[in-house]
Amino acid sequence: MNVSKRIYLDHAATTYTSKEVLNEMLPFFTEYFGNPSSVHQYGREVKKSIDLARDRVAKAIGALPEEIYFTAGGSEADNLAIKGVAYANKSKGNHIITTKIEHPAVIHTCEQLEKEGFEVTYLNVDQYGMVSLEDVKSSIKANTILISVMYANNEIGTIQPITEIAQIAKEKGIYFHTDAVQAIGSVRINVKEQNIDMLSMAAHKFYGPKGVGALYVRKGVKLISIIHGGSQERKRRAGTENVPGIVGMGKAIELAYQNFDEHNSRVKGLRDKLIKGVMENIPYTRLNGHPEKRLVNNSNFCFEYIEGESLLLNLDMKGIAGSSGSACSSGSLEPSHVLLAIGLSHEIAHGSLRLSLGEVNTEEDIDFVLQVLPEIVDRLRQMSPLYEKVKGGK
Amino acid sequence: MYSDKVMDHFSCPRNVGEIENADGVGEVGNAHCGDIMKIYLKIEEDVITDVKFKTFGCGAAIATSSIATDMIKGKTVEEALKITNKAVVEALDGLPAQKIHCSVLAEEAVKAAIEDYQKKKAQ
Repeated sequence: MNVSKRIYLDHAATTYTSKEVLNEMLPFFTEYFGNPSSVHQYGREVKKSIDLARDRVAKAIGALPEEIYFTAGGSEADNLAIKGVAYANKSKGNHIITTKIEHPAVIHTCEQLEKEGFEVTYLNVDQYGMVSLEDVKSSIKANTILISVMYANNEIGTIQPITEIAQIAKEKGIYFHTDAVQAIGSVRINVKEQNIDMLSMAAHKFYGPKGVGALYVRKGVKLISIIHGGSQERKRRAGTENVPGIVGMGKAIELAYQNFDEHNSRVKGLRDKLIKGVMENIPYTRLNGHPEKRLVNNSNFCFEYIEGESLLLNLDMKGIAGSSGSACSSGSLEPSHVLLAIGLSHEIAHGSLRLSLGEVNTEEDIDFVLQVLPEIVDRLRQMSPLYEKVKGGK
Repeated sequence: MYSDKVMDHFSCPRNVGEIENADGVGEVGNAHCGDIMKIYLKIEEDVITDVKFKTFGCGAAIATSSIATDMIKGKTVEEALKITNKAVVEALDGLPAQKIHCSVLAEEAVKAAIEDYQKKKAQ
């Protein structure tokens, strides 16, 4: 492809591993390769590094180090939280409350539990993707054992009233889990002050490596393991530790909160410029997600009368990487469940575009997107039979 | 994921547009599923002398519309009716499995436009 410059605007899908993080990881592939469970020096020196990473993760979210359990990523953390609590608390009840806009790692885990006899309530959200506290309260039953609501949505960026929901759960003596995979690094979190019982994280969303994540589990939460084997992670997650990954995750989360204000205010400035430019220059466009209560790096639009995959391919030809919730780009027949849940029609949901910013993006990147995106949208609309009908009235 | 041929027809689609007072117009698919194809035909003595299309859909939907319109241009109505979705896929050097339905839509759009022509002619 003859593109002179590539612009990455898909940081919500994944980030690169930062150089600082990679440098911290590298010795653990070759020099410090021991098994942390071993008694000898090789094992002991590696064990220390895992302890440091655990301290760093705990500190970033206001938890105790012994409340952090490393996993193979965000999906496993979600599975461990939901199945772990469901199986361990069966005698108390079998009802779980979650939302219609959760990540598939939560939704499909809940659907699996339904097949096993659990009962699940999937809460609706409003047009901005926001869960209502009243709905949370009114769906609680005597047999409710767990409430799981994502911290911030991965597609439309809406940030939920987590502190308030956690408070409701606490008052009723129900465990509260939040999938914070997309929020870490963009939102300040303190699990103690916010009364969060469990929280899922994934390193590759904040400039750490892929294949490693963690679940925070408050001391005292009754949870059983879902991967059985050795006694790693205090018997809650068997398997020899992914040492370089864990070390990288610790460094990455530390950096994310060290540079928090500077990084997020810069990204927010660029993101606001992008949203303003798109909304002002492209007609028949809507911004998806909450106008203010959204992740600083997230923008998500629907362009009426066009389809998302052809939009992505056109952007890709210009070197711009984004993502879409259209059926064609997801490989299924249905457009994004999140866009449908905020009340969009199938037709409009097919024309969505998510551009998620990060450390590498510049003013020039945004200028370039604002230059080419209106042309691409217009070209596709000129090709669209749906656009014919509105053209006259324009 | 797409062949060079698909990307060629997607990035420079042939025969985009409308034909005023077309002799046959066919529209298939629906916005709910994310694909609509509309084909316009100009036909003289049962020969397709001009063809245009408009498509709402993914890369494969646009590419199949483009190549299918190219394939029927200059053909007789009878010849055009013989073009199958398989021929469309072959002409594009293949399509990913989940995109085969786009080629079916292209075949259906051509057939719908010809049916419209035949209906008008019979009146």
